[in-house]
Amino acid sequence: MKNIKYLLAGIFFGVVLVKAQVISWFRIQEMFQLTSFHMYGVIGTGVVVGIMAVQLIKRFHIKTFDGQPISIAPKKFDKGQIYGGLIFGIGWAITGACPGPLFAQIGLGFTVVAVTLISAIAGTWVYGLLEKKLPH
Amino acid sequence: MSIIQFIQQPWHWAVGGLFIGLTVPLLLLLGNKALGISSTLRQICAACFPAYISFFKYDWKAQAWNLFFVGGILIGGILAGCFLEGNAPIEVAAATQQRLQAYHITDYSQLLPAEIFNWSNLFTLKGLIFFVIGGFLVGFGTRYAGGCTSGHSIMGLSNLQWPSLVATICFMAGGFFSANIIVPWIFKLLNA
Repeated sequence: MKNIKYLLAGIFFGVVLVKAQVISWFRIQEMFQLTSFHMYGVIGTGVVVGIMAVQLIKRFHIKTFDGQPISIAPKKFDKGQIYGGLIFGIGWAITGACPGPLFAQIGLGFTVVAVTLISAIAGTWVYGLLEKKLPH
Repeated sequence: MSIIQFIQQPWHWAVGGLFIGLTVPLLLLLGNKALGISSTLRQICAACFPAYISFFKYDWKAQAWNLFFVGGILIGGILAGCFLEGNAPIEVAAATQQRLQAYHITDYSQLLPAEIFNWSNLFTLKGLIFFVIGGFLVGFGTRYAGGCTSGHSIMGLSNLQWPSLVATICFMAGGFFSANIIVPWIFKLLNA
């Protein structure tokens, strides 16, 4: 039951993804056609708020609600961030969704996106199969 | 005006961005968790079809919180659609509307175009491209990149990680290429 709080946080995040319209296929097309500032505004604001929050947590050694220390694992660079990033970007513009929005789109009533989600799981599985053969 | 009516209004991008950004400290404070959605796809593989692949042999149960989180996102989508006007029409830029008209996309009554996101397209070339191939690229690419928009572009950049900046630049580069070269080509193929 310790995970219920993450379910609630997910409900919050899901509502935010929908109301921020970042799950809209139209908004993704606008972003990549450079015809609207909306997505840049959302992501830019999110990053600025996130940076400030993480800096505050680090500077003041803020602990979790139940008193545990907070530490964030650093991201390690490998070539996957380039190749995989480009591949994901291509898919993002086609589906109009990254993984989080897939779940929100299904919830919003676009149930056919469940097929996209299953295919994304299959893509992840094939990556796992080929992991050692791919350049990193 | 009730609080529900207040939330129902269309949100300014700054409001959406603020709440997305606040999800980062929320998860850290709730239990020292880093925002990142695409890893749940790996967990589903590890839980359901590990198939002796070493990439899927890890303690996925230790990360079970993330599965609750994405379950919540799905419920959040339902609530936003049913009670918060989440699927209300949006004002799409005129220049994009013009381009989409050439693709025969004209239905702006929902957040996603009904001409694409419809069960009747499932066993057509359109469905194959937009659901099956598109989804595959998203799942394969995010795992290869070690994260998606949430893990790299929001969480990674919030923690000033330069590999996440590299990933984000590549997400955008792939997206620009796709939306301006591949997507027009797809519609040309579909509408031929």
